[in-house]
Amino acid sequence: MPPISDQDRERVHKAINNQKRPTVTVLSSLLAVQDELRYIPDEAIEQVATLMDTTINDVFGVASFYPNFRFTPPGNHTVELCWGPTCHLEGSSYIIEKVLDELGLEGQGETEDNEISFKFNTCLGACSRAPLMSIDHHMIGNLTPESAVERIRSLRHQD
Amino acid sequence: MPTYQEIKTTADERWQRLTAGERPWIRVGTAMCGHAAGAYEVIDALKAELEKRDINAVIDEVGCLGICYAEPLVDILKPSGSRLFFHNLTPEDVPEIIESYLVEDTVPETKVLGYMGDDPIDGVGDMNDIAGINRQLRIALRNAGNIAPNDIYQYISQGGYAGINKALTEMQPDEVIKEVTDSGLRGRGGAAFPTGVKWSFMVRSTGPKYILCNCEEGDPGAYNDKGILESDPHTLLEGLMIAGYATGSSNGIVFIRHGHDGPIDRTQEAINQAYDLGLLGENILGTDFSYDIEVALTGDSYVAGEETALMEAIEGKRAQPRFRPPFPAAFGVWGKPSTINNVKSLSYTPEIISNGAEWFSSIGVNRSTGTAILCLNGNITYPGLYEVPMGLTLGEVVNDIGGGVPNGKELKLLQTGGPLGGVLSSESMDIHLDFDEMRSAGAILGSGGIIVGDEDVCAVDLTRILVAFCQYESCGKCFPCRLGMEHLLEITERIARCESRPGDLDLMRSVGGTMETTSLCGHGQLGFGPIRSAITHFEADFISHIEEGKCPTGSCLGPKHVPKNTRPFATEFVPGGQNG
Repeated sequence: MPPISDQDRERVHKAINNQKRPTVTVLSSLLAVQDELRYIPDEAIEQVATLMDTTINDVFGVASFYPNFRFTPPGNHTVELCWGPTCHLEGSSYIIEKVLDELGLEGQGETEDNEISFKFNTCLGACSRAPLMSIDHHMIGNLTPESAVERIRSLRHQD
Repeated sequence: MPTYQEIKTTADERWQRLTAGERPWIRVGTAMCGHAAGAYEVIDALKAELEKRDINAVIDEVGCLGICYAEPLVDILKPSGSRLFFHNLTPEDVPEIIESYLVEDTVPETKVLGYMGDDPIDGVGDMNDIAGINRQLRIALRNAGNIAPNDIYQYISQGGYAGINKALTEMQPDEVIKEVTDSGLRGRGGAAFPTGVKWSFMVRSTGPKYILCNCEEGDPGAYNDKGILESDPHTLLEGLMIAGYATGSSNGIVFIRHGHDGPIDRTQEAINQAYDLGLLGENILGTDFSYDIEVALTGDSYVAGEETALMEAIEGKRAQPRFRPPFPAAFGVWGKPSTINNVKSLSYTPEIISNGAEWFSSIGVNRSTGTAILCLNGNITYPGLYEVPMGLTLGEVVNDIGGGVPNGKELKLLQTGGPLGGVLSSESMDIHLDFDEMRSAGAILGSGGIIVGDEDVCAVDLTRILVAFCQYESCGKCFPCRLGMEHLLEITERIARCESRPGDLDLMRSVGGTMETTSLCGHGQLGFGPIRSAITHFEADFISHIEEGKCPTGSCLGPKHVPKNTRPFATEFVPGGQNG
């Protein structure tokens, strides 16, 4: 990955040094970086290792374990679609198919214009409103393939 | 610091002003079900409409009343009246409702669900007659949907923190443990181990001890833990304090998965409020009991809900299980004695202490006392979050509460206890909500998730999704699970494609048996469970794929986009390289 800007380096520094929690760990520091930058740049791994007085590989071992961490900048918007059993029974596989078509993707990843990141989710936690998607942490339930695609199109238009 | 009685007096005054003051009180359900249904858009519309008409009203975000299918659910309480509920609201409905009910003082014609309270409202039914509400007996969820989760005074006005006050002022720690043991309360996280007995394991240890509240809740199809945290986080905090007092621990940790903003934010805010009122911290309520609670977050990992993996994650490491012994009660988080309880188990304890063990044990059936908190979803008319007495039959749950399967379809299966639980057929409708009866039927009540499948569901297709989930979530530490889940997924997928090979079912049984006996934690030990119960109850679906080469319902023909496990061994980090 290319090096990050001075400004982002400062944001990482602040995020991990100003954690408002009694117990600071490697994991909490990584989550703080992800919340701030929406991804974990290489330098953040190094900074967390320094802060927690551990090795770079130990930090990366934690970061690589949890699939919510990503190591490249995401698109401007993140679309998450649930493929868990309830959503599956309610037809999520057809929604996923349509949405991937709309985004020109074959699985998780970024659209060509880097506008939208697509991510699978195992459970968004509102199964009573399945099938579900979330757009930038905003949850939308009772989806159909058409309504899901419409939401994504309006996302593009609003920018 | 104020005494409990002083706080209670303030809380009662505030409640009086809220319910019988001059302003209408509008409550909007914004638990995850409400959120996904568009509750925040409705709140924006409400605020705009009230401002436009210059109406002074209180709007509170509340949790889930249980009837998620009716979300966005809004109720309006006019000074000294009953609550009038509106269901499935859209922002477009809001002007008419405000105009009619708050300006003209007439009950609107559409979207009215019912009233709740002592004074009937003309032409409107009683909410307590609605199926999803009249069969409920809410203990842990007693305040959900009724109070603002982040107003500690509302919680106290409803009897909150009376349980810990009673424990601290009238009971010795061993009496608290005895009360919880006598109540028959069993852990609601899945294992159904008696909570009081679990607490007693840690009593004799000295030094710092921890109570860890497990709200990882990675089970797809379960949202009751997060539901409690979003709807009434103070009830959990009070339960954690009671557990802390009983076991002589000084720290509680609430463990939640990162990304579930509603439950996390509301829990953190509740903790802050409790500190501000002196209900957490040093010398709580003037006693010599001191207690601290913090929120710890995990990344995405289902196995992080396993008790030793959970401790690893709290310590900031990869969420992989530890070898046992030593057991957590002796060597837990940070090497200190720890007790892990589920959100639901802890949330019962304030009421158990307030009302007594006998009251709690009088509810329920056999060795399953109290209530079951069910997440009923899938192909069901009224999906929701229902707290009902133990002992109801699955048929009563599905038909009387859930309204049966919609669109005139037949019920085919129930998937219970999370992805590691089991699948039951429509012939299991007489089974009772009872930990032991469910287990002997080859399913578990587990964390309370019940996914309903109708006649169009193919058992092979559902099994494929469950196995894919278990494979995706295998933590990779022990190879029986890491490799076994991959084998099981490969075989399930080729059966679903009708490309199975002779002996595939036996091969799965063999792999599953190895996983069961040799895996490090429950994930691998139970990973074959869903397949075994699906083969037992729906053999015909498998035979159709294997011998006739066709899916009986056609659901296996759908698109198959399923992510594969992304948890590699700890690979070496290459600065500037393509990591991750």
